Amino acid sequence: MVGVDPSFAITLSKNASMILPMDTRDTPEQAELRRTARQLARQLGPRTVADLDDGKRTRRLAEAVRSAGWLELRQDSGDGSPLASGVEAAIIAEALGEAVADVSFAGPLLGADLARRAGASPIDGAVVAFAPDLIDAARVSGLATTAPIYAVDCPAQGPAAAYVLVPEGSGYRLAQVQIDSGSDGADLTRVIRRLPAGAPLLPVPNQSRLLTLPDLDSWATLGLTLTSADLVGLMRGVLDLTVAYARERRQYGVPIGSFQAVQHLLAEALCLMEGAFSVTLHPSWAVDELAPDEARSAGRLAKAYCARAARTVCETAVQVHGGMGNTWDCIVHVYLRRVLLSSQWFGDDGEHLRELQRTRLGVIHGFS
Amino acid sequence: MDFRDSPEEAEFRKRFRAWIARNNPGLPVSSTDDVYWARQAEWHTALYDAGFFGLSWSSRFGGHDLPPVFDDEELAAAGAPPRPSLGYLVQGIATHASEAVKDHFLPGLISGRERWCQGFSEPGAGSDLASLRTTATLDGDEYVINGHKIWTSYSDVADWCFLLARTDPTAPKHKGLSAFAVPMHQPGIEQRPLRMINGITKEFGQVLFDGARVAVKNMIGEPGEGWRVAMTIVSHEREPGEVGYVARYAKTVKDLEEVVRTDPNAFRSDQREAVAWAYVQAEMLRLHVRRRLSERLDGLDHGPGGSIDKILMTWVEQSVGSTALSVAGSRALIDSDDLALKIYLYSRAQSVMGGTSQIQKNIIATRILGLPSA
Repeated sequence: MVGVDPSFAITLSKNASMILPMDTRDTPEQAELRRTARQLARQLGPRTVADLDDGKRTRRLAEAVRSAGWLELRQDSGDGSPLASGVEAAIIAEALGEAVADVSFAGPLLGADLARRAGASPIDGAVVAFAPDLIDAARVSGLATTAPIYAVDCPAQGPAAAYVLVPEGSGYRLAQVQIDSGSDGADLTRVIRRLPAGAPLLPVPNQSRLLTLPDLDSWATLGLTLTSADLVGLMRGVLDLTVAYARERRQYGVPIGSFQAVQHLLAEALCLMEGAFSVTLHPSWAVDELAPDEARSAGRLAKAYCARAARTVCETAVQVHGGMGNTWDCIVHVYLRRVLLSSQWFGDDGEHLRELQRTRLGVIHGFS
Repeated sequence: MDFRDSPEEAEFRKRFRAWIARNNPGLPVSSTDDVYWARQAEWHTALYDAGFFGLSWSSRFGGHDLPPVFDDEELAAAGAPPRPSLGYLVQGIATHASEAVKDHFLPGLISGRERWCQGFSEPGAGSDLASLRTTATLDGDEYVINGHKIWTSYSDVADWCFLLARTDPTAPKHKGLSAFAVPMHQPGIEQRPLRMINGITKEFGQVLFDGARVAVKNMIGEPGEGWRVAMTIVSHEREPGEVGYVARYAKTVKDLEEVVRTDPNAFRSDQREAVAWAYVQAEMLRLHVRRRLSERLDGLDHGPGGSIDKILMTWVEQSVGSTALSVAGSRALIDSDDLALKIYLYSRAQSVMGGTSQIQKNIIATRILGLPSA
């Protein structure tokens, strides 16, 4: 059975003062985690669209992710820091994306990360509720929600809660809203729940501090990292199966992958994936190592690149699969749909380019 | 994973930053102005003499035996000209040449005391490089060279030409080639400048060999090894980490940002978004090069991965070039000497030089993705 010792993160941070050249490679522990995570995701993730309805498999997948300790990685290690860094979290997110693994991971991880920053004890399976644009955490005043908000990447089973931010003084207090049921979204592999207006706010026990704006910058950086890493994994996965299809599918008596018109599309897709991987490494490290605003800028940059790249790569995958690629039973649209959600969640390329214009070019939106 | 500098690296960067501040020659953005090419040798030797060039190369040849340090970022931040790009020639010699040839040529190449050009392409051999027709015929202890090379960078100032020529006309086309270090200052060699679409004349040249001579001992690698030598060189020529272009893109993006920032409302939203996207792409490339340099800690790879880097670099250069033109607007069309026009026009060559984007995609498709050859 797959197991991860969460204490490895602590060993890593203690060694951080060792003298090494700037190095973006995985440590041996990270490389091992990458192998393990990919193996688990490949083994238990869906191979076909029909597999999405196989409840036995999805329960095994959810149980494997839970027992590997992956949902706890951003919980408090005892001194306020998380059990594992953003790098480990991104490695797992990428592996799950690569296999379009229909299991909740980023949602609970982001919930745990937010609770840790508020000094609250973790609520099992709790996720974060978002404003309807799915970019920012929902901010709610008063005793109940006044407009619909959305819990993203909820655990498929059991009752769960979603955190909301309640303005207090110069910061925010956490409250929770119970999730019971609701509709699923465009992504066939992750659960979105709509929480209607009027949902009562319940207290989150044992909060020891208010969340500050820098706290929320750091937390958003984790969100940008996890969604970017998911997009990198989705690109990797959909490209693998599209290359395999191009080798197999024959027209004019030869594999379609022997035509340069097809080869060049796939070569471009690989370049986009490699660039996206390179750019995502930075925020995955920065979330725990750089000042919150600097880290968030690294996250925005990665997300802008990954969102554009992943959309193009998935559209290429649909095209190379031809007519089959446009049918429900071809798994490619499962990747494309998940790309659409991961792009929008925490903001897509358009959103972050707009923000870059504001911060780097001094553009004041709405006044030009 | 650690993006932070080690104390040694941080110290090195600090020293380099201070040196650049004092010694930045204020040259124009390379590739767009003949002044850069004319004074590139000066910049090279200045960097070298101060101990800031050839860092990761062996001290036996005048390098510093350092792990890969990304000094391009400092040059970019200071708006200084990029370092001369010749790492790929160093890799070619270091990988294939005999110890004697390495000792003889690498120190001068690295220090900039001796200038080199690369004689690969010919008018009839572009993408199909292996079909080249320049011959090297053995005559005693010398080879006699006849042929015509084109796209030969820096041939007007070169002391040496890294030449690829056919030594065995009877062998299959990839097997009959050998590589040489040919002295440029001799009768039988004529250099002609090439004028590029942006008007520069000092980067590329044509070289005509008519009975020029090169000593047998100046062969780089074994007879018939020329194709392998050439492939090592082009695989590194395709890496942005080897050619120092990251600094050039970062400088242009920084300049464009400054232009827009002075009066954002004077620009359309598509122009501003193009600048933001150019920034994202230039940063992507910077981070990609950091990753590639880190991967070198596992050992140097002469494989097809450089083709991915070349495509990414080309996308960035052409996106930055188009953005420069867009931001300049009509100014670029009224003044034929406008920098934005030159940057844009030069950027169109990036998808051709060092192997066209189409050739790179063929390599990626067949050698990395494992798709069947057409």
